[in-house]
Amino acid sequence: MSDERRQHGDDQRAGLGPRVGPRLGAWTSLAVIGFLYAVPLVWGFLVSLKSSAQAAAPGLGVLPRFEGEGGEPSLFSVAYWSRFFEQAAANYHGVWTSPIADFPLYLRNSLLVAVLSVLGTLVSSSIVAYGFSRLAWRGRDAVFTLVLATMMVPQAVVIAPSYLLFRELGWIGTFAPLWAPAWFSGASSVFMLRQFFLTIPRELDEAARIDGCSHVGVFVRVILPLSRPALAAVGLFQFVGSWNDFLGPLVFLNHQEQYTLQLGLANYYAQHGGTPWNLVMAFSTLVILPVLLLFLMTRRRFVEGVATQGLKE
Amino acid sequence: MKRPPFLVALPWILPWAIGFVAFLAVPIAMSLWYSFNDYSLLEPAAFVGLENYKELAGDPLFWRVTRNTLFYGLASSGLSVVMSLLIAALLETRVRGTSLVRAIVFIPVLVPAVSGAVSWLWLYNPRFGLINSALSKLGVDGPDWLGSTAWAMPSFIVMGLWVIGSSVLVYSAALRDVPRTLYESASIDGVGRLGRFRHVTLPMVSPAILFNGVMSLIWSLQLFAPPHLMTRGGPEETTYTYSMYVYNNAFIYGRMGYASALAWLQILVTLALTLIVLAVGRRFVYYRAA
Repeated sequence: MSDERRQHGDDQRAGLGPRVGPRLGAWTSLAVIGFLYAVPLVWGFLVSLKSSAQAAAPGLGVLPRFEGEGGEPSLFSVAYWSRFFEQAAANYHGVWTSPIADFPLYLRNSLLVAVLSVLGTLVSSSIVAYGFSRLAWRGRDAVFTLVLATMMVPQAVVIAPSYLLFRELGWIGTFAPLWAPAWFSGASSVFMLRQFFLTIPRELDEAARIDGCSHVGVFVRVILPLSRPALAAVGLFQFVGSWNDFLGPLVFLNHQEQYTLQLGLANYYAQHGGTPWNLVMAFSTLVILPVLLLFLMTRRRFVEGVATQGLKE
Repeated sequence: MKRPPFLVALPWILPWAIGFVAFLAVPIAMSLWYSFNDYSLLEPAAFVGLENYKELAGDPLFWRVTRNTLFYGLASSGLSVVMSLLIAALLETRVRGTSLVRAIVFIPVLVPAVSGAVSWLWLYNPRFGLINSALSKLGVDGPDWLGSTAWAMPSFIVMGLWVIGSSVLVYSAALRDVPRTLYESASIDGVGRLGRFRHVTLPMVSPAILFNGVMSLIWSLQLFAPPHLMTRGGPEETTYTYSMYVYNNAFIYGRMGYASALAWLQILVTLALTLIVLAVGRRFVYYRAA
């Protein structure tokens, strides 16, 4: 940098005085935070591309390395990248066709549970949300407070009690405990949909009622078509919740043929005893991928959903 | 012919009512009943009165897991409240790249527990993990994080701080609701940056702080998957949590009666905390409406 330019830079900094300092500080802190929060997943993904020996070797090597005739192939050579993709493909193919974990079967099980839960919560929660937003009845607010209260109850707290019930019903060892409750509406889904229904102008359903529409008619012809964004958000949340559920499958399923991907991954890495970390990370990456893609495609909706759940009551 | 409003609403509410009774009230009532029984799941339950609760009081492992869980809960919710507020405040500064960082901070919320556990197991690995590899470059010999009685629990607390995205979002919304004029008049009065944060931002977002704090306390007090998957409660039971103890009694040791008594205590604590959240939530409505 020439003296002249450095001089110019100093002038600018002096001119902006109090503003540049804090901004630079904020930018640096954000960069550090972004880096730290990204590392666990990004590093896991990078490990999934390595050979098992390199995955379990100490060091900070980011990319896989390959021995070649006459030294390592350069990063900028075709040889490097062809071996890179060859190894990555071998790792992921190894997970897909693993003899100790039936990945395609677990994927089918996970999808089955998630899709049934999403359908169930969309149908039942929208009906219930209509009852809480469009009908006036005595005790509504008290009952709605009860809905809110159940929204806070963590799964781990009621898992042992639920087991007692599902055992009486003969549901242990079936998928039913994982999706059937969703057909009786979920507290947070009801909450989000109710909040959205309240933003739909009353004039619309009153007009429909004057035209002779019943509540069912208003619900199906007015409310539901206008609520597509909220329904999509609720569906997304339910999908992620079902897909990510670990405790439910752990407690309620008991055959390996029924494993969902979460149980499959837990079992896979336990059986490996920590050896081929590259394959464990490839499995893990495949499990995260659908949720991550859904998030990236619908970021705005996700974020709005969480903000709604947390704030407006 | 006019039907009373409640009967009109009933069919609409019915799915929720059935679900609430069948999947929450009945199981909780059943577990209250079984908490007064000796029940191994294999043999019929035998009524023992308050025996399970009496045993709790004298069970050193019960006190151990309770202490561990309270420590984790308080440390992790306390740190998460501070950290997520700081991150949310940073994200409100107008610099490039905030939307990218916002997304990166939120993503861990979506990561399934097992994948998170696998990633962090790898980071914490004493021999080839990223953390110790980085420390060795600095000439520091890192500890066996999850294998040491001193570091295992703090390691889980750090791991918990990775998943604060939803609390950041709540703060972001609260921060955006603070009227600009308050900051402007504070500036005119000569209040500095830190002073504005202390005297304008903090009081204005305090309901959100309380809300987030109690919510994260509720969730952190039921910590299960990470220690279950990563340490099995070890070393020397330093990471053995309450939910793991319930799970082990119910499904591993075959002591469903005892597990039901444990679960009942946990339900009561959760209920008390939930009432606080609801009370705070009401203030929120008022606060937002005002």
